[in-house]
Amino acid sequence: MSKIHLIENLAVSDSGFLFLHTTGETFTLNKTGSEIVRMLRSRKSKEEILKFFTENYIVDTNTIEKDFEELVAQLKFYSLVTEK
Amino acid sequence: MKKKLRYERPTITKQYSGLMNKFGSSSLSRPTVDIDGVSIKSLCEGYGSPLFVISEKKIRQNQKNAFRIFKNRYPKVQFAWSYKTNYLDAVCSVFHQEGSWAEVVSDFEYDKARKLGVKGEHIIFNGPAKSEAGLLNAMKNKSKIHIDHFDELFLISELAETNNIRAEVAIRINMDVGIYPIWDRFGFNFENGESWQAINRIIQNKNLKLVGLHTHIGTYVMSAEAYRIAAYNLAGLCKRIKNEFNVSLEYLDLGGGFASHNTLIGQYLPAEQLVPSVEQYADAITNGIFDVSFKSEDLPTLILETGRALIDDAGFLITSVITNKRLTSGKRAVIIDAGVNILFTSFWYKHNIQLCQNSGVHTEDTAIYGPLCMNIDCITESINLPSINRGDKLLIKYVGAYNMTQWMQFISMRPNVVMIMENGKVELIRKAENLDYLLEQELLPKKLKLIPV
Amino acid sequence: MKIAVTGLNAIDSPGPGVPVIRSIKDAKDFKGEIIGLSYDSLDPGLYIEKLTSKSYLIPYPSSGLEYFLERLLAIHKIEKLDFIIPTLDSELYAFIKIQDKLLEAGIKLFLPTFEQLEIRSKDKLFNFCTKQGIKVPKNILATNISNLHSIQNNFSYPVVLKGIFYEAYIVNNFDEAVVAFNKLKQKWGFPIIVQEYIKGDEFNVVGLGDGTGKTIGAVVMRKLYITDKGKGWSGVTILDKTLLGVSNKFILTSKWKSGLELEFIKSAATGEYFLLEINPRFPAWVYLAPNAGQNLPWALVKLGMDEKVTSFSNYEIGKMFVRCAWDLITDMKVFEKISTTGELKL
Repeated sequence: MSKIHLIENLAVSDSGFLFLHTTGETFTLNKTGSEIVRMLRSRKSKEEILKFFTENYIVDTNTIEKDFEELVAQLKFYSLVTEK
Repeated sequence: MKKKLRYERPTITKQYSGLMNKFGSSSLSRPTVDIDGVSIKSLCEGYGSPLFVISEKKIRQNQKNAFRIFKNRYPKVQFAWSYKTNYLDAVCSVFHQEGSWAEVVSDFEYDKARKLGVKGEHIIFNGPAKSEAGLLNAMKNKSKIHIDHFDELFLISELAETNNIRAEVAIRINMDVGIYPIWDRFGFNFENGESWQAINRIIQNKNLKLVGLHTHIGTYVMSAEAYRIAAYNLAGLCKRIKNEFNVSLEYLDLGGGFASHNTLIGQYLPAEQLVPSVEQYADAITNGIFDVSFKSEDLPTLILETGRALIDDAGFLITSVITNKRLTSGKRAVIIDAGVNILFTSFWYKHNIQLCQNSGVHTEDTAIYGPLCMNIDCITESINLPSINRGDKLLIKYVGAYNMTQWMQFISMRPNVVMIMENGKVELIRKAENLDYLLEQELLPKKLKLIPV
Repeated sequence: MKIAVTGLNAIDSPGPGVPVIRSIKDAKDFKGEIIGLSYDSLDPGLYIEKLTSKSYLIPYPSSGLEYFLERLLAIHKIEKLDFIIPTLDSELYAFIKIQDKLLEAGIKLFLPTFEQLEIRSKDKLFNFCTKQGIKVPKNILATNISNLHSIQNNFSYPVVLKGIFYEAYIVNNFDEAVVAFNKLKQKWGFPIIVQEYIKGDEFNVVGLGDGTGKTIGAVVMRKLYITDKGKGWSGVTILDKTLLGVSNKFILTSKWKSGLELEFIKSAATGEYFLLEINPRFPAWVYLAPNAGQNLPWALVKLGMDEKVTSFSNYEIGKMFVRCAWDLITDMKVFEKISTTGELKL
């Protein structure tokens, strides 16, 4: 199974602000978006993240999986993750 | 068990210079959960989605308000409901109960008004393409026929002669009032003297009785001043007719064309900031008439064919989200179950779209597409929306004008239309179409039948 | 006293917020604070030390009045504002529409009326001025290409084609006029204004009308340096009675209420002045006015607060402004603060 790797030096502040050191681009994330990026940062797998969400949020597995994939697709679109 | 947190779809938004403002353009802070106190959820449960909803209360308020504003400024005012704007029986009837005449532009609209019980003399028959039978019928009923061109003038004259009727007519006049485009394809031109020529011919014709003058300067006219000029010109003609022929006209018809709350595509500022109020239009029109001094007994009745401005905000479209998509450009798209076939006004308005349930505060630039399998089916190219899920409802406001007449059955059928009555009761006023309705008009030649009967 | 000011976009085509704030802060009898209202996290005015006591992002007026008003009232709840000075053309309609509600909440404004904004719109100014005997370049309003044929009967090339809101092209012949016509049509719609091209020097007047027809003050400036965007990058106060006379006449006949800028050109050929445009707010060079002796932004605040204001009788001639590009240094943290919370206190 492929693993999702955030690129180097990527940190999300408490306010959901993301400053990319290498390119100077800035992004804003909502609370759940920040949470997912932080978990990816600490090398959590997709399964772990989905589990965390279904346990802590009012959300079903299908929805969080679909939304997770969409967020990852966007992170990819902005070149913030690499998939190996 | 520990309490779970409310979930919001995770999002990431890149900041671009010029658009770095979290308060930028979200107008969707609070969800709209009801219309006139009836919950949107219950409306959908009862009548499906998409669903057109019309507020009886709002129509009556709009009509009463407009009448009061004009009446406060001018002694003789008559409204005529513009059928083409929305000719559902229930809608027309509310206007007629409020005292409005009918303004129709085709034979079937004419018949519809008669069926609803509108008296012949309370129907204004406009438009460039009236049939011979339609004209004769209208003449017999003493309706006001507004002549659009010379061929029609000759035809009416001939019909009146042959049938020994004196037809009550007015002419439609087009003019330059400083707005663009000039609607010079309708009626007789003011500046080049064509309208005066038509007036002359009518007055000298014993079978025709000139009762009024009519103009309709445009649609979605944002300049009140243009109406002042139009009213002044019509009133001037009216006075000239009195002076030269000693004929007093019964009325001046200033047509319609007032702008509504909707913002046009390509207009930078929202309509609410630019559109004149009914008071401003009324001031302009009545000042225009008063600028030509009439003796009080010669003062003509002022007729208004206001359509859009009286019905647009009384109509709502409830629609449901089918899915969310991510386009290859990175932009988000939402597909809803209402397409341009029922929301024609999407081609010219940036519609006001409201959320109907609590959603996140984080918004994203989104395109909204309809359900049709056609690329043109785009409700809006760009709106800031928070994350919404399949099944969530959106409410499109200000859709009462033109949609329920210009809609078509195409790929999907036309949905239910309900009216929320003043007492809060919900009445179905037009049933959703189905296959039987569609097939009712079709005939299949025998040799083409696949199933033997 | 707390005054909120918009238009902190002190960029190469600058908004007048920063100079309006500087003017007010220079007034000897001003005691209070300035709150900045901004539309973009990168507005330079947000990052100037000691300019405002706090700044807030507000939504674009184009996002809807209800939302716009809601945000302003939320800021008012924190700051207890006494006065707001909008400084940008595009927000004036919105502020005019909501001024009653702001007043109800205790916030005063001093704005032109809707009708006054209309008079000065590009397609109407010509008529208004002709009636008042104010010279303006000859105009044709064009709505289709065939209107362009009448150019040669009315005036000689080159002519200027202007969009109804923004943008203008100087064209030398019919073919160029058609190209410009099509460009403007796409972007700004109709009508397109075809105007006589007048060669000469540019002169501007900043003024303030009290709404009864009286001019509270007016300062004439000649541009000394003009950028390629047509913005004055330096200028000097001069005394020109003709220009002051025309400005007073416009303020008198329109009963102008609020600040304004009149743009003139002096024909090199005949020496006559032509009124080109009127902007319904103070210009970005308004800080020259208080330094020449007429603190017009502060006078506007006093008018708005119903205080008695006497007209200025003169101003210092030969006062110059030289605009300056000056880099402000800040930190990503500051930018993060304004862009995520919408508030910033330096």
